[in-house]
Amino acid sequence: MDLIKSVVKPMLAGLGITRERLKRDKITFMYPEEVREQHPRTRWRHVLTRYESGLERCIGCSLCAGACPARCIYVQADENTDDARFSPGERYAVRYEINMLRCIFCGYCQEACPTGAIVLRKDFELANYHREQFVYTKEMLLEPMPIQK
Amino acid sequence: MPKRVETIVLHDTSTPVLGDTQKGGNIVLTSAETLINQARANSLWPLTFGLACCAIEMMASAGSRFDLSRFGSEAFRATPRQADVMIIAGRVSKKMAPVLRQIYDQMPEPKWVISMGACASSGGVYNNYAIVQGADQVVPVDVYVPGCPPSPDALIYGILKLQEKIKRGRSKSFKDLKLIEVNARTLETVEA
Repeated sequence: MDLIKSVVKPMLAGLGITRERLKRDKITFMYPEEVREQHPRTRWRHVLTRYESGLERCIGCSLCAGACPARCIYVQADENTDDARFSPGERYAVRYEINMLRCIFCGYCQEACPTGAIVLRKDFELANYHREQFVYTKEMLLEPMPIQK
Repeated sequence: MPKRVETIVLHDTSTPVLGDTQKGGNIVLTSAETLINQARANSLWPLTFGLACCAIEMMASAGSRFDLSRFGSEAFRATPRQADVMIIAGRVSKKMAPVLRQIYDQMPEPKWVISMGACASSGGVYNNYAIVQGADQVVPVDVYVPGCPPSPDALIYGILKLQEKIKRGRSKSFKDLKLIEVNARTLETVEA
């Protein structure tokens, strides 16, 4: 009798908590099968955006490179001509490179950009095998052309 | 009268990543190499090598919300003798570099290294005299995971990349088919 009171009853009480918890939903994200929705202000992979007309927003001013605390952005600008026009302004970026390994995804480049060209989107699957694969060039960062109507 | 074989799943080199979801009939044919690679890839025991804030995310990925044990990596080992993969989570200072190397040397072959976060992979914002500019100056790194810090799902993606790499490993001689004391670097991997 004493045994039931001192051992069995507390044990059942403890298992009662377990039974209550079993009713709750599972909280695990089954990651590779289902990707969880990222928080609204999550900052991950950079994208160089375009206007609706297809022109690049980036004007090659290097303000993002100046704002970058990790010094991971390299911008080389050139003049637009009427024959080869890439952006609406005077200048455009010939080379735009980001070292994703150095980048700390702080979003200062996005804040500094006067035209809203560089934005940090939510694609987090960036891991890779070799160091050389992490220097993202302009071709990799640039948004695809909008579908012309 | 033997039972009729319905389907034979043939594993050959043209199948990109073997195993996992392939369900056929009653018989599975495979090579010893594939079997060993599958076993290695699905029981990666990480070494707890948290050096900075990335370690918090590494711990979070082992927690119930992201649950690293779904991939057989739940057993974080505090001793290098029982670990397969070293997750360098955080900035490696010049003072820590010899320790990192010694612990890597103490891990039994085959062994892999994941460099987690900007600081471990390249130094990140700490471009100064105290921090090693990339852990690959000290140990060979298999997978780099960028981010500051990488979220648990980004780390899990890195671990999945490493599993893919291990599954693509090809042995060249009978020596490579040993279960232990195989240098993972001698197994040439096929790029995706």
